[in-house]
Amino acid sequence: MQHSKTQDTLVGLFVAAGIAALFYMALQISNLGSYGNGEGYTVSARFQNSGGLKVKSPVSVAGVKIGRVSSITLDKESHEAVVAMQIDARYDNLPDDSSASIYTAGLLGEQYISIDPGSSEDYLKNNSKLDITSSAIVLEEMIGKFMMNKAEGK
Amino acid sequence: MLELLEQLGKAARGSFAKLGRGTFFLMHALSGIREILPRPSLLIKQMYSVGVLSFLIIAISGLFVGMVLGLQGYYILSDFGAEESLGLMVAASLVRELGPVVSALLFAGRAGSALTAEIGLMKATEQLSGMEMMAVDPINRIITPRFLAGLISTPLLAAIFSSIGVMGGHLVGVGMLGVDDGAFWAQMQNGIDFNEDIVNGVIKSVVFGFVVSWIALFEGYDTLPTSEGVSRATTRTVVNSAFSILGLDFILTALMFGDI
Repeated sequence: MQHSKTQDTLVGLFVAAGIAALFYMALQISNLGSYGNGEGYTVSARFQNSGGLKVKSPVSVAGVKIGRVSSITLDKESHEAVVAMQIDARYDNLPDDSSASIYTAGLLGEQYISIDPGSSEDYLKNNSKLDITSSAIVLEEMIGKFMMNKAEGK
Repeated sequence: MLELLEQLGKAARGSFAKLGRGTFFLMHALSGIREILPRPSLLIKQMYSVGVLSFLIIAISGLFVGMVLGLQGYYILSDFGAEESLGLMVAASLVRELGPVVSALLFAGRAGSALTAEIGLMKATEQLSGMEMMAVDPINRIITPRFLAGLISTPLLAAIFSSIGVMGGHLVGVGMLGVDDGAFWAQMQNGIDFNEDIVNGVIKSVVFGFVVSWIALFEGYDTLPTSEGVSRATTRTVVNSAFSILGLDFILTALMFGDI
């Protein structure tokens, strides 16, 4: 086998590909990197309980995905969860009296935010707030309530 | 009865002697690193034959393993309504286990067998003795660059395998079966920890690369200098590498992820 320039280049390419794969694993597969944000605007909503909602969970209107959850923080004053959502720039005509609810996809599936459009003439802008919200349904809580009602009924 | 014992003793003595020779061989090869570092062209040549030429088989196998994981995982997870966890399942199995193990097995078959045959033939045709006659240390000159090339190539190949596998899983899961794109990545990134999973996977593949290169080069160096000897040594390389990889994988997994 002859030692040549092409060989050097190919080895260089191989090492670069390997290192790129390591970076890809670190940034894309693991929790190390933060996902790059696309175009869009951010709105926030307050929930009593954000349940199993996670950063990057989907935000949908009528079942169609329009954005993602970008951060979930706790408001220290009111002890409510403040959920910021990144909405795709295409959907810039959501009424500002829309309501947000947290639902679960399937019984054990991932939780997502569903936005129910209101009837206002004004639209949501960057940094607007959704005032009407309904919290995540916690299964244990519901079962507990159901059991209590049963016990009281008898 | 006595004969049986005698044979057992002989076999045990033989394997201990081989282990000893192998250890001295390894020490000698490692001591050659100092002489190789100022001459990187030797290393680059071996990186080409060991790493670059293994790239294609690793990339294609990674793609198909990822695609199969995507399909199988989807059918099982959809029974529980948990298709969104597909990304996590594909990535966790690739990064923790399949990436390092399968790429090391393929590496043993693709590059390890070639190394054994090459070194074995060099010995059979007395090229190694020839070098010694010219006062060139054949272990430093021939073995060390190949050993280093194997050691450097395996973690890179394993990383390429895992990354392409995840892309394959994404292709099948999101592209064909309609799993939500964001949930696929979100669950994956929530579930895979950099230090816990990825660093441990890389450590595994470094260990496998070390062991496979050692076995392949030593079997070649220790072969009987006949065509039958070379053929046997090549077979032993592949078989022993596979055993060592799978056995070590269990031990490493128990140490890294279990609470033993």
